[in-house]
Amino acid sequence: MGYNCVVLVKQVPDTKRITGQAMNEDGTVNRAALPAVFNPEDLNALELALQIKDQYGGSVTVIAMGLPAAAAVLREGLYRGADRAILITDRRCAASDTLATSYILSCGVKKLNPDIVLCGRQAIDGDTAQVGPQIAEKLNLPQITYVETLVSLAGKAIVAKRNLGNGWQEVRSQLPALLTVIDTANEPRVPRARQLMKCKSAQCRLEVEAAAQNAPSVDVDAVCRDLKTRGLLIEQWNLDDLKADLQWCGRDGSPTKVHRIQSVVLAAKESKIVEPSQSGIDTMVHELIVDHTIG
Amino acid sequence: MGNFYTDNEDIQFLFRHLDLAAVAALQEEGFKYAGRFDTAPTDAKEAIANYDLVLRSMGQLSAEYIAPRSERVDHEGNTLHEDGTVSYAGGIAESLNALAKADVMGFTLPHRFGGLNFPSLIYSMAIEMVSRADASLMNIFGLQGIAETINFFADEQIKHRYLHDFASGKVTGAMVLTEPDAGSDLQACKLRAFQNEDGQWYLHGVKRFITNGCGEVLLVLARSEPDRSGGLGLSLFVCDRGPTVRVRRLEDKLGIHGSPTCELFFDNTPCQIIGERQRGLVTYVMSLMNGARIGIAGQSMGLAEAACRVARDYAASRQQFGMPIEKLPAVRDMLIRMKMDIEAGRALLYETSWVVDHEVGLSKIADSSDNQAKAKEAKQQLKTIKRLAGMLTPMSKYFCSEMCNRVTYDSIQVLGGSGYMRDYACERYARDARITTIYEGTSQLQVVAAVRGVCGGACEKYLADLASRPYADSVKDLLDMLAEGGRTLLKCAAFAKEQGVDYMDLYGRQLVDIAIALINGYLFCGQASSKVDMQVAVAGNGDPNAPKTIPMTRRKEAVARRYVTRNASLIKSLAEEILSGDRSTFKEYEALVGPVPELT
Repeated sequence: MGYNCVVLVKQVPDTKRITGQAMNEDGTVNRAALPAVFNPEDLNALELALQIKDQYGGSVTVIAMGLPAAAAVLREGLYRGADRAILITDRRCAASDTLATSYILSCGVKKLNPDIVLCGRQAIDGDTAQVGPQIAEKLNLPQITYVETLVSLAGKAIVAKRNLGNGWQEVRSQLPALLTVIDTANEPRVPRARQLMKCKSAQCRLEVEAAAQNAPSVDVDAVCRDLKTRGLLIEQWNLDDLKADLQWCGRDGSPTKVHRIQSVVLAAKESKIVEPSQSGIDTMVHELIVDHTIG
Repeated sequence: MGNFYTDNEDIQFLFRHLDLAAVAALQEEGFKYAGRFDTAPTDAKEAIANYDLVLRSMGQLSAEYIAPRSERVDHEGNTLHEDGTVSYAGGIAESLNALAKADVMGFTLPHRFGGLNFPSLIYSMAIEMVSRADASLMNIFGLQGIAETINFFADEQIKHRYLHDFASGKVTGAMVLTEPDAGSDLQACKLRAFQNEDGQWYLHGVKRFITNGCGEVLLVLARSEPDRSGGLGLSLFVCDRGPTVRVRRLEDKLGIHGSPTCELFFDNTPCQIIGERQRGLVTYVMSLMNGARIGIAGQSMGLAEAACRVARDYAASRQQFGMPIEKLPAVRDMLIRMKMDIEAGRALLYETSWVVDHEVGLSKIADSSDNQAKAKEAKQQLKTIKRLAGMLTPMSKYFCSEMCNRVTYDSIQVLGGSGYMRDYACERYARDARITTIYEGTSQLQVVAAVRGVCGGACEKYLADLASRPYADSVKDLLDMLAEGGRTLLKCAAFAKEQGVDYMDLYGRQLVDIAIALINGYLFCGQASSKVDMQVAVAGNGDPNAPKTIPMTRRKEAVARRYVTRNASLIKSLAEEILSGDRSTFKEYEALVGPVPELT
């Protein structure tokens, strides 16, 4: 028994360390200026998957889509106990918006036919929270978003508690299902020392090729074969492997166009004195409700 | 994301400055395990990469998981239940679980038992980080010497029975040595070990002040030779905690509340002997204690580092007299002293760990029959290195523990009234620090152990070795001062020896203090001469054009300069005391302390 989990992970710029150079002139993110990290809520999703594996058995596969550098987050997944790592990488994926990304990822998930798909609620670079739900729609899977607690898992049924911000909802679903996980769900484990030592040299083929460019004597095929026998070759899938329909991928598959980017600076232009009395507070609360600031 | 490894520039620097490759080669016995275990490195470069990766991960665990729980652990403490079982404070249980999941509970154990086979030097770094997060957790994390003692001295069957479980974090252990009438003087142990007609050993009696006495695997020092008093009547045993071992009491302590200190009653508990009879104290416990002393030095480092950071942060932000208090000369002096004391302790501890790793590594070569010539050479080197480790280990424990008491107390002083309140962690650090100069041998006993080396030639040889290392021109004047100090120390040691052993012990602290000041002085000069190219941040001084970073070697030169020049006058005054010949401690004790007071 056990559950086969697929965790979708993303490499993102560390938005906690924003500097003046974080944004390009054209309003896109200057990825070179920010260190790349494992998207925080994806770590929560991975942790939940690992807990499921710890308790019920099964397997954990991590998938990332991106440039070869994104293999770094897959290694992080292996360090924490993931069994398998797959990088979806293809130049034709470039400029994908959430619609195209979720299409490509859904093709990857379909190949694996998992019991549970887990994603972080959202990535800290785009903050859309769209990719997880869109994948569920494309695969016709039930989705439980904003998962905070896994209440039970028995046979083909899952019960999870969603945190909606102003309350909780306990939801029951059939498996397979897709879950998006929030940061309060758990405290992600740190890498296992033995896995670190073992998997630090795990690489995907493109990384081996890049390293070989400076050392022409390196036989890429031989290195990859060796990595594979040691279980250290990170699998690499392109859009052909996924049998993806190219019109739904990359720029062609992305209807989202950035119209304008604005830096919004909130400034307190006018201040208001609230009387320190019951009626003063009532008035303030009423105004906030009218403004839709609260409620 | 917080990380106690990457945020510590001194550790980052020393990691690159110290010759880790030499340690790695010894630890991995020439990398002969490569290919046999998937965690075994193929060369020094890979071993060092492993150390770095694991420390990085532990730094994160310490900062983000362990540290946030430490305050609650301090308030909560552990609980003794009526049935004699103990539950850890919630945060300790969780952190231990996290450490086990991170595969770091078999830090120094060999690959074949699922350990990481890391050297003591890397373990010292890890202990510092864990202690900075929660000093009381270190008392359990830092007990890995128990498993190591089993690995060094027990037979294969016992090793297999316990070591896998230690490495996976399934069990924790305790060193069960102290008794009500046998504290510093372990030779007085009474707990009885006896055999039945089948040769099965049993334990009967009481042990007290046992750190983690509620652990699953207990290493017990017991009297196996009833007719023989003293250390040679004692053997070392291992037993499981079971119905015949009862925790009778949990001590209510000043600090390290997360570390359960137990009184244990053994009621004919079945056990197995470790190694040979009668070598329990003289060989095995001495080895165990040496490892534990290095552990306490690491714990001291972590506490001091944590306290210093709080003080530094507060001094920069607290405004009085219209400026941050760090602008006041008295406060700045305190902060500089704290920071330099910490770096001195770290230099000494890492040097000691490096030497201990060589001792362990050379012992393996000497005991191995693979290569006779190499074994002979190792044996030769071992003589010197054993004496050096025997001196540096108590020095580190003494210096770091005393230092962390000064630093944690001063951190309260920097925070003033706020530091005295529970709102800040300083008071907890100071309470936690207090035990470090007491357990695993008091400072006074460390001095007794170290002074033998100081007066016995080991120190002279070592200082000569330090002096002969390559240094940068920028510290040449400091080396002259250190050489002058070395001559003073020789004079003092010769004088003290001439006066007799009682006099040497009477002025032991002064002698050891001089020796440590000189050793640390050389180590700082070595750091200032380092080949490591690293920039470190400096504090802003209000001048926008001032450099924001400087080379670490430039910073270390300033540290070395201040340390060596300030200690030069201290060494003179200590020497004056030693050379005074004053024996009033012996002669005038009765007059000076007066009669024993009647306590009401």
